[in-house]
Amino acid sequence: MTIINILTVFLVLLGALFSLIAAIGLIRMPDLYTRMQSATKAGTLGVACTAAAAALHFKDTIASMDAIIVVVFFFLTAPVASHLIARASYTSGHRLWSQTIRDDYAESRTSGPDDRPDPEDLSL
Amino acid sequence: MIQLVPLDNDPTHWLFLVAGAVFGIALLASVWRLVVGPSLPDRVVAVDLIGFLAVGIICVFSIVTQRSELIGVAVVAALILFLGTAAFAIYLDRRARP
Repeated sequence: MTIINILTVFLVLLGALFSLIAAIGLIRMPDLYTRMQSATKAGTLGVACTAAAAALHFKDTIASMDAIIVVVFFFLTAPVASHLIARASYTSGHRLWSQTIRDDYAESRTSGPDDRPDPEDLSL
Repeated sequence: MIQLVPLDNDPTHWLFLVAGAVFGIALLASVWRLVVGPSLPDRVVAVDLIGFLAVGIICVFSIVTQRSELIGVAVVAALILFLGTAAFAIYLDRRARP
């Protein structure tokens, strides 16, 4: 029972807790964009904590390097993927929650938000 | 046969199993959103979180079974997850502007 074991257990439990928070946010949030915010941020932190625990746990260098690569890769690509989905769904007419108080992207676009298609046409 | 008991019998082994169970609960919640989700972008976000949880479960599993070669599987899963999400985003964008 060394300090490495204690850190590994702590990081694994922290990662599981963050993943559970992400899943609860994915269920409970009212809107696509708030759901995406919860899933991306908390999910990234959960996976990063778990992969850091794996990097601490294994003794051989190659497995630890692979786990560190997982952490860096998630922190690089998760915001990019989330931004891609958010922009694509916004331009395809997915409306914000009815109680959203601020929409900066609609003001920055040349065409206003009123000529977007109806969101009922896009639901599968 | 998968060996779930670690080789050096550490007393914190059940905590890893608790973490795996919590990951499983989160996975079930994401699958519920994938089934229920009212539109296609909701389902894409749910698939994204399911991929995240799959990578986390692979890491926990490699710790529990003491197999360090499974971390390479996690690297490949993370890569393919990003490619799939980007492809879904391009598909959504292209469907908006035909």
